Amino acid sequence: MEALKDKLESSFIVFENELDDDAKKPVHKIRQQAFKHFEKAGFPTKKDEEWKYTNLKPILKNDFRILNKSENAIDFKDVKRFFLSDVDSYKLVFIDGVFSSWLSETTHDKFDICTLSSMLNRYEDVTKKYFNKALPQAETMASINTAFAREGAFIRIKKNQTVDKPVQVVFFTTAHDYDIMTQPRNLVVVEENAEVKIVERHQSLSEKAVLTNTATEIFAEKNSRLFYYKVQNDNMEASMIDSTSVKQAEGSNVRVGTFSFGNRFIRNNLNFFLEGEHTESHMDGITVIDEGQFVDHHTLADHQKPNCESHELYKGIYDGNSSGVFNGKVMVHPHAQKTNAFQQNNNILLTDKASIDTKPQLEIYADDVQCSHGCTIGQLNEDAMFYMQARGIPEKEAKALLLYAFANDGLRNVAIPELRKKLNKQIATKLNVDLDFEL
Amino acid sequence: MPHAPADAVKALRYKQNNDSMSNEDQLLEEVTGSDYKYGFYTDIESDKAPNGLNEDIIRFISAKKNEPEWMLDWRLDAFRKWEKMTEPDWANIHYPKPDFQAISYYSAPKQKKTLDSLDEVDPELLKTFEKLGISLDEQKRLTGVAMDVVVDSVSVATTFKKTLAEKGIIFCAISEAIQEHPELVKKYLGTVVPKSDNFYAALNSAVFTDGSFCYIPKGVKCPMELSTYFRINEAGTGQFERTLLIADEDSYVSYLEGCTAPTRDENQLHAAVVELIALDDAEIKYSTVQNWYPGDKNGKGGVFNFVTKRGICERNAKISWTQVETGSAVTWKYPSCILKGENSIGEFYSVAVTNNYQQADTGTKMIHLGKNTKSTIISKGICAGKSNGSYRGLVKIGPRAENARNFSQCDSLLMGSSCGSHTFPYIETQNKTAKVEHEATTSKIGEDQIFYCNQRGIGEEEAIALIVNGYCKDVLNQLPMEFAVEAQKLLAISLEGSVG
Repeated sequence: MEALKDKLESSFIVFENELDDDAKKPVHKIRQQAFKHFEKAGFPTKKDEEWKYTNLKPILKNDFRILNKSENAIDFKDVKRFFLSDVDSYKLVFIDGVFSSWLSETTHDKFDICTLSSMLNRYEDVTKKYFNKALPQAETMASINTAFAREGAFIRIKKNQTVDKPVQVVFFTTAHDYDIMTQPRNLVVVEENAEVKIVERHQSLSEKAVLTNTATEIFAEKNSRLFYYKVQNDNMEASMIDSTSVKQAEGSNVRVGTFSFGNRFIRNNLNFFLEGEHTESHMDGITVIDEGQFVDHHTLADHQKPNCESHELYKGIYDGNSSGVFNGKVMVHPHAQKTNAFQQNNNILLTDKASIDTKPQLEIYADDVQCSHGCTIGQLNEDAMFYMQARGIPEKEAKALLLYAFANDGLRNVAIPELRKKLNKQIATKLNVDLDFEL
Repeated sequence: MPHAPADAVKALRYKQNNDSMSNEDQLLEEVTGSDYKYGFYTDIESDKAPNGLNEDIIRFISAKKNEPEWMLDWRLDAFRKWEKMTEPDWANIHYPKPDFQAISYYSAPKQKKTLDSLDEVDPELLKTFEKLGISLDEQKRLTGVAMDVVVDSVSVATTFKKTLAEKGIIFCAISEAIQEHPELVKKYLGTVVPKSDNFYAALNSAVFTDGSFCYIPKGVKCPMELSTYFRINEAGTGQFERTLLIADEDSYVSYLEGCTAPTRDENQLHAAVVELIALDDAEIKYSTVQNWYPGDKNGKGGVFNFVTKRGICERNAKISWTQVETGSAVTWKYPSCILKGENSIGEFYSVAVTNNYQQADTGTKMIHLGKNTKSTIISKGICAGKSNGSYRGLVKIGPRAENARNFSQCDSLLMGSSCGSHTFPYIETQNKTAKVEHEATTSKIGEDQIFYCNQRGIGEEEAIALIVNGYCKDVLNQLPMEFAVEAQKLLAISLEGSVG
């Protein structure tokens, strides 16, 4: 870990030099501060309460190249399967950290769907108002991202606009003969009464280790609506640390879905700050993993104002020697009366080698609230299995059907039919069964 | 640490063994007179250690208690471990850290000041007694009023002791057990809560002076509820209590600790350790009612209660913890079960009430190691005033704990908008056959519920007491009968005036 820290330190100096004149911009002050925080705090260890069950050490010991310069061209037909291809959409595609204009479809007409770098160049006011304003300062991995933040998606939907088609944000890391660490950074601003649906995906095409340390900031203004889906189905050499923070103003409705099937290691930090009254937040997650995989979901619903709602549903199926962590925190501040906060985490372990550590937390400082959390770890219902087998459904299919039904709840907020279909297929593939009915 | 005057202490112990206690002063003079440069003994009164904690103090305590060599070594080892530890601060409680060098770690049991009649007792205390329905005699006993019926009370205790002795049950003070049953103490002390388990457990191991020891022989069902209350020779709560309870194969015991009556105590810091050992097929039921001084309405004063309680279950054994926590300014307490043997069962039932500025961080740990182990956790928190209550629990299913089953329910009831309620459950599962369920809810007493009661002529305070009792019923039902009745009233009193 120390080696990587040293490397990040030297890379940061190189990075600053590269920026040249840009280093004088106010945004660079923020980067420097963030880097200072990282230098002081270092990488999180198992001694940190928030990382109690998650060991970063084996992930960080790779010899990552921080500022990867060489980008490879890719052919659309080779990567088509990583897109939602049967639906018309806006696309933001990045290859090795560089925006690929010919794979992308952007717009500046009614709304901005473009890159973070162009935002940093064009809109100083946006930078000032939003950049690094949502991520909790104490999160070290997010600080590293902030320090190296240069490229990623910038999506701003202006007042009263509803985006006509979904936005796909895809990051590729191409084949190299060395390990790479990337720092994609996204900013999403949904202005008053606007609406947008976004799908985010990170994909490694390399056989070498890739560590994606991504961060996303989302600002949902008054009465806005946002659907944000994260598809985490990367190859087994890829690891990911995702820090996403959402700030919600009055009457806004934000739904975030996290679907984790791939990667060797995933850590999701998902924070919701409910800063206005009558806001609604949804967090859904499906995790289906097996041999050698690890997924950690850390969520926070921070209720600061009265009359808000948060709903959380995380489903997990763990096969092989995989392990999972769920840490859901609901915080209700004083005066945030009439809060409704619900949290549910259900898990199934399929083998003796799989393990799950879960910690649903409630911290409540207001009395007129309805908060609950439920957490289960169990097996499939034997009666249901028997019932299906008695009707001629083989054990394997019966099991898959039940598991599929168990996980399927997590798709309840997926509002893009094509994505839903694709996720269904991914779940079926992961459960190793061909469900021969149209889902 | 410099070497203590080992010879002097040995001499002291030797003398004590041979001479009567009356020679003690003379003896201490000898000790002080000996060539010892750290001669702090000069300012010792005969029955009180000077403030502070170091190896010499521990030697002093051990010598005072006339303990064998192995016990002293055990304490010193604990002390050395304690010195290297730091006070934990992960709990959700805030309090001024006690100064461990400002406490006197040994004072001989003080003769309580006897009062001539109940008239001299604090009338507020009497009012509480009345509400709890405590008999006049008992009231006198609790407040230390000289009683004519003392003879009676002693005889009760004597018959009590006789019955136990017939069954072969050992029930005595821990210091007595160290003298009389060293083989049992040596075998089990520190096996469930190791000396270095945590900061307060280490401190307790080094300096404990009071506490109970209990041994139930094979196949014996203890015919009555054992209670510290009956251990007349060691009445009153100690600051560093150590309880060791061993239920041998196929035995049963129900043990009561504490008392519903409010206990005023001079000591602010309490760090007790309780160890339960349930051998094959044994069952232990351990009930606690804690009602120590919680501080005044502004949060001044009050007892700090840092307790380590843990039990180990062998094959087919069962340990059941029931606690009603209403007192103390700060409570830090996690009665736990290690379910080591196959088919063993752990239970935890808790009601924790906090009012005014009280803080409680309490819960349990259920560690499933054996096959077919089961555990149940029912925790009910009630927070009123400006208090904070937290449930912190761990359910761990080990890789070999096949078919382990856990059910946890932790509910919180909030009264008033300035209190806080928190839940920190940790669930760690490493076995696919495990079934773990956890539910938690937080809510307040519904206005419609109170309205319904009001409508039927039940006043607001009574309505709340009624609802709270209903809410806590699952736990109160687990208490022995007499206790349950008192505990119900206690809840009502603790919450008095919290709604308005």
